[in-house]
Amino acid sequence: MRTEFAQAMIALIEKRSELVFITGDLGYMALEAVAKRFGERFINAGVAEQNAVSIAAGLARVGHLPWVYSTAPFTVLRPYEQIRDDVCLHRLPVKLVGNGGGYGFGIMGATHHALEDVGAMRALPNMRIYVPLTALDVPAVVDRMAADPKPNYLRLNFPAKIPGEVPQFAAWRRLKQGANCIVIGMGPVLQNLYDMGVQELLDELEIWSVGMFPIEDIPVELAASIREKRRVVIMEEHYSACGLGEALSHLFLSRGVIPESFTSLHALGYPSGRYGSQRWHQEESGLVGQALISRLEMILHG
Amino acid sequence: MNYEDRTAESLKLEEHNYSVKRRFLAMYMKAHAGHIGSSLSCAEILVLLRFAWMSEKDKFILSKGHAAAALYSVLAEDNVLSSQEIDTYYEDGTRLPALPPVNAFEQIPFATGSLGHGLGLSAGMALGARLNGESNHCFCVTSDGELDEGSTWEAALFIAHRKLTNLVWLIDRNRIQGIGRTEEVIGLEPLDAKLRAFGFHVISADGHSFSSLLAARDECNGVLSTQSRPVVIIANTIKGNGISYMHDTVDSHYLPMDDAQYALALGELARTHEAAVRGYQNAN
Repeated sequence: MRTEFAQAMIALIEKRSELVFITGDLGYMALEAVAKRFGERFINAGVAEQNAVSIAAGLARVGHLPWVYSTAPFTVLRPYEQIRDDVCLHRLPVKLVGNGGGYGFGIMGATHHALEDVGAMRALPNMRIYVPLTALDVPAVVDRMAADPKPNYLRLNFPAKIPGEVPQFAAWRRLKQGANCIVIGMGPVLQNLYDMGVQELLDELEIWSVGMFPIEDIPVELAASIREKRRVVIMEEHYSACGLGEALSHLFLSRGVIPESFTSLHALGYPSGRYGSQRWHQEESGLVGQALISRLEMILHG
Repeated sequence: MNYEDRTAESLKLEEHNYSVKRRFLAMYMKAHAGHIGSSLSCAEILVLLRFAWMSEKDKFILSKGHAAAALYSVLAEDNVLSSQEIDTYYEDGTRLPALPPVNAFEQIPFATGSLGHGLGLSAGMALGARLNGESNHCFCVTSDGELDEGSTWEAALFIAHRKLTNLVWLIDRNRIQGIGRTEEVIGLEPLDAKLRAFGFHVISADGHSFSSLLAARDECNGVLSTQSRPVVIIANTIKGNGISYMHDTVDSHYLPMDDAQYALALGELARTHEAAVRGYQNAN
């Protein structure tokens, strides 16, 4: 999504001259055009993410709209206290962008993965998180973030290719109807459901995509569907702790929307202690391929 | 500015300084609060900035938020904070907690005190002013203890690389940090050489002498208007300055005053003030 993101930034500065783009010395073969278009408003802050976030907060305090870009763990974890104190407590419109959410950086290994980024950001005051699904979502999300007066975090990944018509980006989107079970997921990992190659299984699934945190409400159609189908599966390329599943279980309980079964498919980390591509890590976590099929079969048919 | 002018200005600043210190000592006493040594260390620096350097549009960040009482007292001295507001210091429901508050006053742009944030925030505001084509300056006072924080040096690299000459960094160099002396905990010396190597023009001053601080101000302004190097002022100070039992002690960071200590402090403060005034008058 970083290509689409770079294009969206170039389009945005035409409308919003107060933009400042800060990178933590990353974006090779992606941000060159941004640097050229932004000129003095493109700041390579070096490999110094804590300072990059403080700089951004200072810029926002005097009227600029700063975006801070890096690889996801370096965007959200290294400067965590700066994000809390300098940005979130002061409710400043700093836009944090993490490339490679989940196992996006694959074989680069554990230090480059972000399996707790959404959870870490969810815990912060005033923070709103955006998780696009498709390439087309990215410019829509960038426009929303630019209009959002709050601190934001944008989780980028490789865009999903979802067959058929996908509704425009929204906090909640129903991607397809299905007969027996509701799958609620965040981000491109949802594509794995369409790639299973077992049409009968896919037909049984009603699929919803969550694109924003905090999740403020349950769509009426979803609540009705949960009461009817009674089975919910959560799917996220993120640790279970503080992730989508935990957010939704709290929301469902507080609204009295109680499914009969609630299963979380999530990142398990590094169970074998070995490393591979993004897909390989998803397989280890049961988020793709035969492992995913087996788990869904078990949930649906016991 | 010539020597006579500086002396006259020093006299004026000393009057503010005495008033500021009496106010924050009263605040600490009423609140039965610590961090007194921290405020006594940087009082003259804050008075200099507020009453002899900063313009209306300039920004200020007290990165060493532990000295917030000194900052509140300076803002009260300048009629930004009312005496009623000052009376709420440390009370439940106050806008004046021990360390600076979030989004409460325009003159306090950031809640600081988690050390190592202020310099980067200042750099961001200075960069923002430059991008806006504005001529105002940003002033940042850090402690020396927070030079242990890597983020402070990240900011220093950035300021020097970007040649942010609309930012002035002042270090309250009292040589005492959390639970020990800086040179025994994590040695900082030779601090001036380190800062020079980073690309700063380094000015050293006596952080308790207005004559010295005003000379540093004039040198700083001269450098900023003629060179493209940022400036850092190392203000050599004493934690708990001016009060004998607090003088240069770690304890002065933590311990509140009892009645006898408060009376002693006020007496010593008055004598120090009278001596300072006599000194400046004699210099004239």
